[in-house]
Amino acid sequence: MAKVVMRGNEATALGAKLCRPQVIPAYPITPSTMFPERISEYVANGELDTEFVLVESEHSAMSAAIGAAATGVRVVTATASQGLELMHEMLFIASGMRLPIIMAVGNRALSAPINIWCDHQDTISARDCGWIQLYAERNQEALDLMIMAFKIGEDKRVLLPALVGLDAFVLTHTMEVVDSPTQEEVDKFLPPYKPDHVYLDPKRPITIGSFGTPEYYTEFRYAQELAMSKEAPKVIAEVFKEWERTFGRKYQMVTGFECKDADIIFVTMGSMTGTARETVKKLRAAGKKVGLCKITVLRPFPAKELKEVLGGAKVVAVVDRSLSVGYGGPVFAEVAGIFVNDAKKPIIQDFIVGLGGRDILVKDFETIVSKCETTMKTGKPEKVIDWINVNYEPAGVK
Amino acid sequence: MQDQNCKVVSPKELFVSGHRGCAGCGEMNAVRQVLLAAGENTIVANATGCLEVASTAYPQTSWNIPWVHAAFENAAAVASGVDAALKALGKREGVNLFAFAGDGGTFDIGFQALSGMLDRRQKVIYVVFDNEAYMNTGIQRCSSTPYGASTTTSPAGKKSIGSTGSKKPIANIVAAHDIPYVATATIAYHVDLKKKVQKACKIGGPCFIHVFAPCPTGWRHASDDTIEMSRLAVETGVFVLWELEGGYDPSKINVTYKPKERKPVIEYLKGQRRFAHLMDKPEELKKIQDEVDAKCKMFGF
Amino acid sequence: MVKITIGAINYEPASSLKYKTGSWRSMKPTLDESKCKGCNLCFIFCPDSAIVMCERIIDGKPKKKAQINYDYCKGCGICAKECSADAITMSEEVK
Repeated sequence: MAKVVMRGNEATALGAKLCRPQVIPAYPITPSTMFPERISEYVANGELDTEFVLVESEHSAMSAAIGAAATGVRVVTATASQGLELMHEMLFIASGMRLPIIMAVGNRALSAPINIWCDHQDTISARDCGWIQLYAERNQEALDLMIMAFKIGEDKRVLLPALVGLDAFVLTHTMEVVDSPTQEEVDKFLPPYKPDHVYLDPKRPITIGSFGTPEYYTEFRYAQELAMSKEAPKVIAEVFKEWERTFGRKYQMVTGFECKDADIIFVTMGSMTGTARETVKKLRAAGKKVGLCKITVLRPFPAKELKEVLGGAKVVAVVDRSLSVGYGGPVFAEVAGIFVNDAKKPIIQDFIVGLGGRDILVKDFETIVSKCETTMKTGKPEKVIDWINVNYEPAGVK
Repeated sequence: MQDQNCKVVSPKELFVSGHRGCAGCGEMNAVRQVLLAAGENTIVANATGCLEVASTAYPQTSWNIPWVHAAFENAAAVASGVDAALKALGKREGVNLFAFAGDGGTFDIGFQALSGMLDRRQKVIYVVFDNEAYMNTGIQRCSSTPYGASTTTSPAGKKSIGSTGSKKPIANIVAAHDIPYVATATIAYHVDLKKKVQKACKIGGPCFIHVFAPCPTGWRHASDDTIEMSRLAVETGVFVLWELEGGYDPSKINVTYKPKERKPVIEYLKGQRRFAHLMDKPEELKKIQDEVDAKCKMFGF
Repeated sequence: MVKITIGAINYEPASSLKYKTGSWRSMKPTLDESKCKGCNLCFIFCPDSAIVMCERIIDGKPKKKAQINYDYCKGCGICAKECSADAITMSEEVK
């Protein structure tokens, strides 16, 4: 291992490189552009032996990834925001075809209005598509999760594609010190990808991508769901454990910090976790019983793990960096759903914050805490779904 | 089923019976002809369409070669991925890689992926099976639909003569990408088609073959007229059989079949009920004839 | 129980042979073998691979003849129309 200063995009590119991908189809888009740029530099300098396919759109990037994965090779790509939306139909297809394609997504807000900065709307809007979803808090996590994603997705019990979300600019373009595994260490951790279930070879004529009538479609979905919700959590736990043993860094689907006796717990995803952690330390020092629950794995949804961490709290404050227009925060909806049938449960509140790259500050978390304290006093949230740091004044049509 | 006293000598089928194509389907016949010409060392990346749906209803498949389908507009992109992967595995040599798509998945929605694949010079032989409309969804207008054809989204009516656009010259546009081999072919001229497919296989790619494939259901002609319609299209000059090898030099276009005496276009149109509404409109018929005349003049006959 | 493969991948090539499309027919082609010249056209033009060419010993010599596979023939009539020897006639399928 070596300590290197690098940006999040460089971390995911390095993580991809260390896993020896055989085909990399890619298309540039802010903030992930640096990924194909780094990859092409590696290739140009002979540091990476891969087929780098510079496609003409993100939809073709995922299509080519599917073609390559169907041929039986290890594939990786990267995109963000509008690019992820453009390849939306292909995401479902990659998962339905059980192709373990790995992708780094620079979490960026969606148009309109067009915005290149950080929020989670892109990957959140793709959470139904059958991809394993991992979220990085720091560049170290981006690198680590990128490598682990291959091992998880390619596991014969799983065989599903996986993406690693890292916040636009906050992680993708910010330099941090990262502990980088060596090629030998990654080779030991991740064996070559040799699928049995799918490869195109004239010696074995198979048909991939059949037409599934109502007679069969349900069973294919069911099998996919079993792989995602029954097998993947087991495999993720195994891979996290092996990573900790090998590299000394611990990962969990959900990580609690100061939650055991907490009255109020934040639920966070991505880089905002760091700010939340600072807030928890500050408020704990002031005697407030506040905790933090970080979601690293959103799909498969860690219902059991979340319940364990959050169950004892009085108020759970889900911090959503995305919005289901007309409803509220998507992560809130999923967290609230865990407790819906329980007699004893925390009060769960939703806070929409940080859309379109607006920074989430310690004082925003403090505002959340004070709102939750009011909830604790009155026994009911003033607003279940609330927006933090919004300053709306309509200007009208001129 | 086979007669014991009669030893089968015809080659092994790579696209077998039992598919759900209509009786008399020009596209199914075209696929058979292309694969018989290409041989067993072949992989196909297929777009959504009649061919894909009719041949792979799970758990049955009519394909006797490795085959992959992902979506509608990306046969060329999926094939690009297969090409790259075969290269990465060191298994590219000697394998014919085809992208099969209908005119639906090529002329319009598939155009971008096709152009991108050609630009990257990938070793893919793109074969478009052109039946001049989105047939699988029930005969809707495509940019491949010829002037005057009635489709469900460009129906002939009191105020309409059917599709008013002209057919997108896909092979010309592809040729302008300056690729090693572009050809047009059709099922009635099977020797010509076989030669062109085999030439493309030898070159590797990127190659493009525009196969004109009549559709009895969509064009509303008798199911036994499929080959005849393909023949008449060529004999009237509606569809010209040509090839261009070695890059974009229009002067090197080789017309591989010139009818000795070009038949009037009406001989081709009258057998298809999609043109029936034109039969009492001599100005429209003249328009079509003039267009065909101009095109054939350009091709030198 | 519905037994399925992973990801709708079909490991059995040419399995559509299990589906006998011959039941679709309303017209049926009949080949007069004596007229058949073995020109291959019906074999090439059939959309359903329902015709094979085979070799039969006639007068001590191997002669190539077409053979229609009625399990799959949909009765489209292309073979009858295109036959270069007028050796195939279409008639109504009698069930």
